[in-house]
Amino acid sequence: MIYLDNASTTRVSPEVIVAMRPYWDEIYGNCSSLHDMGQRAKEHLEDARNRIAKCLGAESDEIYFTSGGSESDNWAIDSACKYGAMRNKKHIITTAFEHHAILHTLKEKEKQGFTITYLPVYENGIVKVADVEKAITEETCLVTIMYANNEIGTIQPIAEIGNICAKHGVVFHTDAVQAVGHIPINVKADKISMLSLSAHKFHGPKGVGMLFCKKGSPLFPFVHGGGQERNRRAGTENLPGIMGMCVALESATKDMAKVNDRLIEYRDKLFTELSKIPHSKINGDTISRLPGNFNMSFEGIEGESLLLMLNDMDICASSGSACTSGSLDPSHVLLAIGLPHEIAHGSLRLTLSKYTTIEDINHAIESVPKVVAHLRKFSPVWDEMEKGVIKHVI
Amino acid sequence: MLYSEKVMDHFRHPRNIGEMENPDAIGEVGNAKCGDIMRMYLKIDGDTITDVKFMTFGCGSAIATSSIATEMIKGKKIKDALQLTNQAVVEALDGLPAHKLHCSVLAEEAVKAAIKDYYDRNGIDYDKSLYAPGTCVCCHTADKKDD
Ligand SMILES: Cc1ncc(COP(=O)(O)O)c(C=O)c1O
Ligand SMILES: [Zn+2]
Repeated sequence: MIYLDNASTTRVSPEVIVAMRPYWDEIYGNCSSLHDMGQRAKEHLEDARNRIAKCLGAESDEIYFTSGGSESDNWAIDSACKYGAMRNKKHIITTAFEHHAILHTLKEKEKQGFTITYLPVYENGIVKVADVEKAITEETCLVTIMYANNEIGTIQPIAEIGNICAKHGVVFHTDAVQAVGHIPINVKADKISMLSLSAHKFHGPKGVGMLFCKKGSPLFPFVHGGGQERNRRAGTENLPGIMGMCVALESATKDMAKVNDRLIEYRDKLFTELSKIPHSKINGDTISRLPGNFNMSFEGIEGESLLLMLNDMDICASSGSACTSGSLDPSHVLLAIGLPHEIAHGSLRLTLSKYTTIEDINHAIESVPKVVAHLRKFSPVWDEMEKGVIKHVI
Repeated sequence: MLYSEKVMDHFRHPRNIGEMENPDAIGEVGNAKCGDIMRMYLKIDGDTITDVKFMTFGCGSAIATSSIATEMIKGKKIKDALQLTNQAVVEALDGLPAHKLHCSVLAEEAVKAAIKDYYDRNGIDYDKSLYAPGTCVCCHTADKKDD
């Protein structure tokens, strides 16, 4: 199987598996215990915290371990809203194409009386800094904008947004789940107040992540119970997971430049070759984009059947089509960049990783055009377009 | 695997696929906005469906349900083809995931739409209530997972 769905999740690196190994049956003490077994585990936990902080340009006491990206996003929003409500500030700024961990959480806040501004992301899938500044009011308690989009990989102008938010004294959260470990990030340089990340997106284990919260920025407790994570997130620490995340992040940081050179070359080869398919379109900006993210739409076909056929050709891919998701609407991300529904249904996302080889890319370049041609042969939509009954859109 | 072997077989090797020359009737249902369109062509001799072809834009289950539906009505009397239900289509495919059931409704509707077209073309009287415009399946939206 050729795995080109690394934005969904990644393979855990061998060095990460090795690093996690001792924490199941050797250094398995509870970090809260007084005895040596507990204290030893605690030392390892704090070591991981330090090393993770270093990779992000943060201080170790700004790192809060969580169960992953979704929890971190929920927590950041919840905390900023609590703080906002105390000061009668109940306005939040976000974008139309955030992950549902953000959008669904904000929907809940809307029910509690918060007003949400959803900024447009335009055809290139990038938010305008000027739009952010214009949207800020006296009531704004939070700006939450993702670092890079999970479907189309577009990278947002985070440092500039950070500057604006700092200038206006507004809390700035970024969901960096797709960006951490893939592009260089420094929370201080970007003036980020809060940042979410998740280990399984950079060859770490699933079910572990982290929320960065800048010192001096308020962070209310999220899980109540024991005193873990400085009384803010109760629960015995997932030490194997945290150690795995730490090693995965260090590896990703160290290898980033070299891996990215190769991935950009692969990604652009995919764009060049698959753009030769007639009536196709690249989704999202091709420059300000994650090195490993490819996303295109092909007219007249539907994404799920495309994925099933690619699966038969040993390629694991993903699509923003409705039928791949259990919903009847295509991806909100593709609609946010202005794609008509029928074009959004025919999208293909290939996401690469350090394990992707040129053979994998060549196999995809051979397979995708065959599948598109096959599906178009019996597509009534394509048929009408080719006969001129309806117009081609792309 | 999301789908049964039967569904995958019809998806991989769709029966009666492609355009039909000089059909006696055509039915098309669904819309591209929702991600599923089925077009069914019929050849009819007297009261018998002698040939069926289809073209589908849609997901795996949309393609598989149209394919099996053509097999289920080919050679049948019109009045028997009209009895085709989405449940029968789903059973013939050894089941579909719950959120894919709408695709089987589309197959049943495509058959009905084609037969209605035949009646209309030939000025044959029929019970209009049987062909109430299909409710748009897009309106019942389920939750979406993303990553
Ligand atoms: C942008 C983004 N945010 C949040 C998440 C959720 O992360 P997790 O699966 O760790 O909860 C994901 C991935 O699933 C993501 O891509
Ligand atoms: Zn479908």
